[in-house]
Amino acid sequence: MASLFLRSCSRVLVAFALAALIASTAQAEQKVLRVAMHNAIRILDPHVSTFFITRDFGYMIYDTLFALDEELNVQPQMVNTWEVSEDQLTYTFHLRDGLKFHDGAPVTSEDVIASLRRWSSVDAMGQNLASVTAEMKVVDERTFRIILNEPYGLVLDSLGKAGANVPFIMPKRVAETPASQQITETVGSGPFRFVAEEFQPGVKAVFEKNSDYVPRDEPASGLAGGKVVNIDRVEWVVFGDAQTIANALMAGEIDVWETPSYDHLPMLLASGDIEVTVRAPLGNNNLLRLNWLQPPLDNVKIRQAILHAMDVEEFLASQVGDPEYYGVCGAIFGCGTPLASDEGAVQVTGPHIERAKELLQEGGYQGEPIIVLMATTSVMMRPLGPVAAEALRRIGMNVDLQTMDFTTVIQRSLNQGPISEGGWHIFQTAQSAIDLMSPVGNSWVRGDGKQPGWPKDEVIEKLRDEYARSSDRERQKELAKEIQKRAYDLVFFIPNGQYITPPAHKSFVKNWVISSPTVFWNLDIVQD
Amino acid sequence: MLRLILGRIVTTLPVIGVVAITIFLLLRLSPGDPAAVIAGDGASPETIAAIRIDLGLDQPLLVQFGTWIGQLLSGDLGTSVFSHQPVQKLIAQRVGPTVSLALMTLIFSILVAVPAGVLAAARHGTWIDRAIMAMSVAGFSIPVFVVGYLLIYFLSIKLGLFPVQGYVAISDDIFGFIRHITLPMLALGLIYIALFARITRSTMLEVLNEDFIRTARAKGLTRTRILVFHALRNAAVPIISVIGLGFASMVGGVVVTETVFNIPGIGRLVVDAVLARDYPVIQGIILVLAVVYVAINLAIDILYMLVDPRIRY
Repeated sequence: MASLFLRSCSRVLVAFALAALIASTAQAEQKVLRVAMHNAIRILDPHVSTFFITRDFGYMIYDTLFALDEELNVQPQMVNTWEVSEDQLTYTFHLRDGLKFHDGAPVTSEDVIASLRRWSSVDAMGQNLASVTAEMKVVDERTFRIILNEPYGLVLDSLGKAGANVPFIMPKRVAETPASQQITETVGSGPFRFVAEEFQPGVKAVFEKNSDYVPRDEPASGLAGGKVVNIDRVEWVVFGDAQTIANALMAGEIDVWETPSYDHLPMLLASGDIEVTVRAPLGNNNLLRLNWLQPPLDNVKIRQAILHAMDVEEFLASQVGDPEYYGVCGAIFGCGTPLASDEGAVQVTGPHIERAKELLQEGGYQGEPIIVLMATTSVMMRPLGPVAAEALRRIGMNVDLQTMDFTTVIQRSLNQGPISEGGWHIFQTAQSAIDLMSPVGNSWVRGDGKQPGWPKDEVIEKLRDEYARSSDRERQKELAKEIQKRAYDLVFFIPNGQYITPPAHKSFVKNWVISSPTVFWNLDIVQD
Repeated sequence: MLRLILGRIVTTLPVIGVVAITIFLLLRLSPGDPAAVIAGDGASPETIAAIRIDLGLDQPLLVQFGTWIGQLLSGDLGTSVFSHQPVQKLIAQRVGPTVSLALMTLIFSILVAVPAGVLAAARHGTWIDRAIMAMSVAGFSIPVFVVGYLLIYFLSIKLGLFPVQGYVAISDDIFGFIRHITLPMLALGLIYIALFARITRSTMLEVLNEDFIRTARAKGLTRTRILVFHALRNAAVPIISVIGLGFASMVGGVVVTETVFNIPGIGRLVVDAVLARDYPVIQGIILVLAVVYVAINLAIDILYMLVDPRIRY
């Protein structure tokens, strides 16, 4: 009996030891990437919010019908094949095999149509597409059709829109949530699953590899191609301070700092095992927005004077410092994009102080105070206010630089009222080049009087409309040039250069995908 | 004592009411709009307006206030407009790190500061007194974030003794907890050690000049016995008072320490909520902190009675 007991005990012990060994081996083999992203993820609805962090969250867990490759060409992603009717009015799309949501349900045409409906109720490009769409129709479980009222040149560009709001595909039951309400379920069909149980807003968001995901056969290129996941678990860790992130990266407590501050880069690079990778060469573009409703900026001469007062290099030098990470450029459609041009961008060779003063005189400027809103809570936005204010003071303008947090800047920018009621003249922000690259998606060149700044111009609206309806790429390029010229003539906004923020990461993090949004497929941990 | 506790609970209710009205009005009257934050800076005014309606922010202030008070009376602090998580849950997730840090700092500060203050008083005018007071001035003068970064640089990055950042709950791993809490505790503790040591010294100096101390000396009691059992006990009331207030300010004011050491506590939650204009979260935290302050003051009053039986309320 005693020997039987001892034998049983030894078997149990061996079983425990084996289980522990297997568990520890599995844990040791798990590839975990700990990342300090540029912001804390709080809003989990990429159809509703235009925040970059929410867009990046979307690329983790959702998939798109089409996507932009590294060269900014639209490529199929969830779509396998598609046909366009001869009259250019009917687009028929066939979904790929093996598309499944994280709850195991297959992705169907009904899910796609519900998602497109929700997205197009919010997004400018989606709204344009919806305005020419007669019907979206389910043909079968994996085939759907978009039937247009008139030919429209941007159907695929719209479905492959890379910047916020991205037309991510959600399950129908989720996509039926009105776009004014945030979704409460985070089920996608993308390469990672969101681990909702471990989500702590403002602290940590966790993603696990979606082992059911079937990547395309092509190699990864930008947001297109095969999304092969090599990392088992990605943790987005939230920090409140740049120095703490730098310390954590140097101590090996995180592996990636997505947007390191430029001041920390020399110290990080000197530490030996940290590298930077330029994974988003198009970067972000500074924008200075003028309020057309607010006198004296309702006068085009005054707006032109402000344009001539600017010096792009000054903005970038104070904001970034190292010329390796910035580019002096004034493209309305984003520096480095297919439609990029410096046509009309006098600020690139600025400042033109004498010309600016002449324009001020021609415009009858009487020394009215110019309210410049300055966001102090964003490291990248903070230097822009003082530089703009100094440029305006140089030409003799009376500047009132008002400091506030970025949230208040956003809210104030919606105020159409006079100065006495919280109105404003100028605010500044930055946009990713992929958000600017299309004359239809670029909300800063809208001339319908509906965007903050409220520029109204029928000519530019006609040009944008013609661009959207044209399917001839050469004609589109000509139209884009005309739009840029018009936007500069009337001064819709002033692009003040481009900057890139390459992620700082441990040397063992390899195979970055060249893409504007940070994506984690293809990426790998390779110990030398 | 029961009467004191019940009385305090009754007097707390109007305090909470005033706090609730004040914080509600302050938030609604200050600039910022959660709908604009949710939609982002590239969103159209129509989208923002639709979100405002959905959040009920288009309703008159009185209606919004009534809805919130109704929720409070049913024991619900509301839901974050961003993460859609209940405010109670968000606070519960963050209260552990903050209370742990504050308690550990308090214990550490008392253990260092009270003996140091007693020693300085006992050796009044000597180099020991001057050294302790010089350190106290330094503790007051050096900002927490400077101490924090210096500790991280030398003890974490150079020597690798402690983690740079983060928090591990004591229930998950006691050694991990100690390793993660040590540096923030040292950084935050410095100013409280300075404060408690100074108040202990000055109170002790007053008591040491009292007649009963001379009598105790005349009775032939040892120096230690006089200091600990006679002088310190009689000096305890103002010291407890300062320690209590220090603890209250620690719970509500650890945001810098939490930021430097990346501790996911209440301080960071409230700062994030303020920047995002997450009204329900801000309101919930302020109300909870108001209750905590009242509870700490009650605890101080009870302690007064325990150390000095002459005190009655």
